[in-house]
Amino acid sequence: MSLLDVENLSVSFPSEAGVVAAVRGLSYRVMPGEVLGIVGESGSGKSVSCLAVMGLLPNRARVAGSVRFRGTELLGRTDRELSAYRGRTISMIFQDPLSALTPVYTVGDQIAEAVRVHRNVSRPSALDRAVELLALVGIPEPRQRVGAFPHEFSGGMRQRVMIAMAIANDPELIIADEPTTALDVTIQAQILEVLHTAKDATGAAIIMITHDLGVIAGFADRVAVMYAGKPVETGAVDDVFYRPRMPYTLGLLGSLPRVDVGNRQPLTPIEGNPPSLVALPPGCPFAPRCPIRITRCDEAEPELLPMRASGAEHHAACHRSSEVEERELGSADVFPAAVVGAPPAAFTPRGERTRVLELVDVVKHFALVKGAILRRRAGTVYAVDGITLDVRAGETLGLVGESGCGKTTTMLEILSLVRPASGRIVVLGKDTGALGPAERFQLRREMSVVFQDPMASLDPRMPVGDILAEPLRTHGVPEGERARRIGELLETVGLRPEHASRYPQEFSGGQRQRIGIARALALRPTLVVLDEPVSALDVSIRAGVINLLQRLKIELGLSYVFVAHDLSVVRYIADRIAVMYLGKIMEIGDVEDVFALPAHPYTQALLSAIPVPDPKKERARRRIILRGDLPSPANPPSGCRFRTRCQTFAEKLDDVRRRRCVDEQPILADQGEPARGHRAACHYAERIAVLDDVTAT
Amino acid sequence: MATPTAAATTAPGSRGQLVLRRFLRRRLAMVGLAAVVLLVAFAYLGPHFYRWSYRDLDYSAFLSPPSATHWFGTSQNGFDMFALTMRGMQKSLVIGLIGAVLSTSIAALVGAAAGYFAGWTDRAMVAVIDLLLVLPSFLIIAVLSPIFNGRTWLIFVLLLAAFQWMVTARVVRSMTLSLKEREFVSAARFMGVSHWRIIVRHILPNMSSFLIIDATINVSSLILAEVGLSFFGFGVQPPDISLGTLINDHWEAAGTVNGYQFYFPAILLVVLVLAVNLVGDGLRDALDPNAEVGAPE
Repeated sequence: MSLLDVENLSVSFPSEAGVVAAVRGLSYRVMPGEVLGIVGESGSGKSVSCLAVMGLLPNRARVAGSVRFRGTELLGRTDRELSAYRGRTISMIFQDPLSALTPVYTVGDQIAEAVRVHRNVSRPSALDRAVELLALVGIPEPRQRVGAFPHEFSGGMRQRVMIAMAIANDPELIIADEPTTALDVTIQAQILEVLHTAKDATGAAIIMITHDLGVIAGFADRVAVMYAGKPVETGAVDDVFYRPRMPYTLGLLGSLPRVDVGNRQPLTPIEGNPPSLVALPPGCPFAPRCPIRITRCDEAEPELLPMRASGAEHHAACHRSSEVEERELGSADVFPAAVVGAPPAAFTPRGERTRVLELVDVVKHFALVKGAILRRRAGTVYAVDGITLDVRAGETLGLVGESGCGKTTTMLEILSLVRPASGRIVVLGKDTGALGPAERFQLRREMSVVFQDPMASLDPRMPVGDILAEPLRTHGVPEGERARRIGELLETVGLRPEHASRYPQEFSGGQRQRIGIARALALRPTLVVLDEPVSALDVSIRAGVINLLQRLKIELGLSYVFVAHDLSVVRYIADRIAVMYLGKIMEIGDVEDVFALPAHPYTQALLSAIPVPDPKKERARRRIILRGDLPSPANPPSGCRFRTRCQTFAEKLDDVRRRRCVDEQPILADQGEPARGHRAACHYAERIAVLDDVTAT
Repeated sequence: MATPTAAATTAPGSRGQLVLRRFLRRRLAMVGLAAVVLLVAFAYLGPHFYRWSYRDLDYSAFLSPPSATHWFGTSQNGFDMFALTMRGMQKSLVIGLIGAVLSTSIAALVGAAAGYFAGWTDRAMVAVIDLLLVLPSFLIIAVLSPIFNGRTWLIFVLLLAAFQWMVTARVVRSMTLSLKEREFVSAARFMGVSHWRIIVRHILPNMSSFLIIDATINVSSLILAEVGLSFFGFGVQPPDISLGTLINDHWEAAGTVNGYQFYFPAILLVVLVLAVNLVGDGLRDALDPNAEVGAPE
């Protein structure tokens, strides 16, 4: 008997523009102990449908259909009746562990409360249960930590507390809404491990909502892919990943840069944007973006139909899915893959190309001050602690690391064009320490930036034309020239010149990022600093922006500094990679060298933590799970900064050899041939293949 | 949360239209707006249609109660109360408007500069703000009133505004502190755009809704401040007339048979301030995207 039966669920919200049909007829079934993954982009209705199941939607939402838990109808119940289920038989894990815990109570009290709401137990025994649960989710020294407040925990630790609360009453169903999206990749690996433990301990079924196909591949038994409020493909994980039959799924899988695929596999971007959920036209909502659309697609919305050639549960909603099935079409057959050539500069050996950017021992420390009136220095944050790297013409340097590693500080140091606290920054042969204001202003023409969040990086009060005109006006480009250039820029990034009169809000995320790129190109710079330019975008949009960046680099002969935490994207776009940890570079080298044979234990752990959208591979993989969290950059460990979390230090070294890690800071040393410039900062560096590489065809 | 984003990206019409729609949905704000429009029309258009001017004396009617010839009655000198009230309202409205625009502008510039430049600029400006906040503004204007006595009332408006902007400036400062961390400001800075240009082009326009609301609310508080000071004889000086001086001249009539001399200006004052505040509230709900009340049913 199934645990949860959702039938024809629909949710709509009234809005300024009209009624938003957020979920339009969703049906699924969860069996006891099973993991159902729901994948979709933002606005696809995946979160809303789960909030509807929990009865947590705002009152203005209109919900119809049926949600049965062990045969009992949940829809239409009062809040009070549902409270008997929530947290006891069905519990939820939210995305943001920061706002899901109350800051004024200790975590122990909050877990104990979750227990006592549903069970008649005394406070001390509830607290004992809290300690037990904290131990289960892997919080060290649970007996001491139970009295700590949420702010004393890191993001990953808080998410563990959330999981502890969710499993406090041995629920039968856990709904996890993007539980790892806000976390770093090594912490994500830890949390997924904890979720596995939690599942084994309670035997609960899990509904995992995420946009990350890699997470789903390794975690779920069955998948539902949602688009525009409807499931478009459902089935067992292997069926959906290896035999996708709906063009949207095909496009999603093809548009994902994979960390285990080298040589720039062609990405197949899905053109266009998800439809507005207000007044959807008849027909398939994906039709406007679908390359294999036929007239029938605009007339009637396809039903979910069983796919004969694969597992019984495999359904796809496409008029042409039987054709896709017969001809076994893959992503590249359906979607035209953009072929990206190599930049002309690539044919000149690296050493002979000009240096566009050079950092020598750059240091940036922040003072921690205490006291409001008598300000005294209470400590130092070693945000960037001696970084040396260079970027050659026509090259992309990927600067990667987890949050708090100093990559953003490094980027800001480069962009601010001032003398660093110590060390040198040289841009196009000019030392920033020796620049006068006029020279600095001139140098700004040569360097520009694209920010992560396209919502925040464009002034919402300015039309696009004015946004693009700003750099031109600032640097004295005459008015007539400006108008021409703006039209040209918009066309370069794939928009239309008449878009200049619109406001940023009228564009989708991907288009806004294109505007941000256009602004960065306005003054024909030589070097563009890209700060996580695709991580805020939906998966299907990403490939388009990545391909655009790649094309622009070749056409305009640009060099990029690409700051990112997503190593899959870095592998795709970068030529060189620098891995940072606590303000230091741990490993630097050509992308192919570092991904194929990473030498530093940290790089190895990072690479092994990244989920791959390949279920069989995911299940077979052995991950290196790093212990604990990033130490505070105000108080970094002595010697090697990574040693507190290092798997080599913990498992492979004896005490004598460990001594060296504790006492002596490792410096970057050549790995393999010195000419290739692959260097790692580890006393016991050892080049190991972590990824089972697939060669792109 | 994914819920409303789909709608937001496709909402038809400009932001202005959206705000207008949300404003129109607030019934009380509409009543307030109608009242403000009526009162302004009454103050400025009234004199063109009414047979008496505020300077005219009717020697045939002293202290006459409201009638068809003198709608609000007459004073003991034979001045027409309706004409006087219209004249007084004109002055109070002008003082409120000029003062509000002045005070909000000072607040915007000082607050934005303090927040944007930080460091010593910030500390100096915050010190000035704190100092002005603890000074008794009423007393100081009262003490200074002999200076502008006999000169233009504009000095009085300037003084009123000078004691009105500090709280707003503090809010503007904290909004600037968060706005300047936004990426579009960094983008402008890394492009080489000058500081003041960033303030004027990026920072202030992005808090324009707050500034508009603040200016609206300031109109009513400045009118009240003017009335209070004028009532005690420190504000608008004869021969100028404001609602304050009218109330001062006639407050003793309250409770007597000639009470109309006091009640008409006083009631109109209350209606005016209430109406302006209702408009301010309505604007706040319409401009604030998070306000529940403006949302559609």
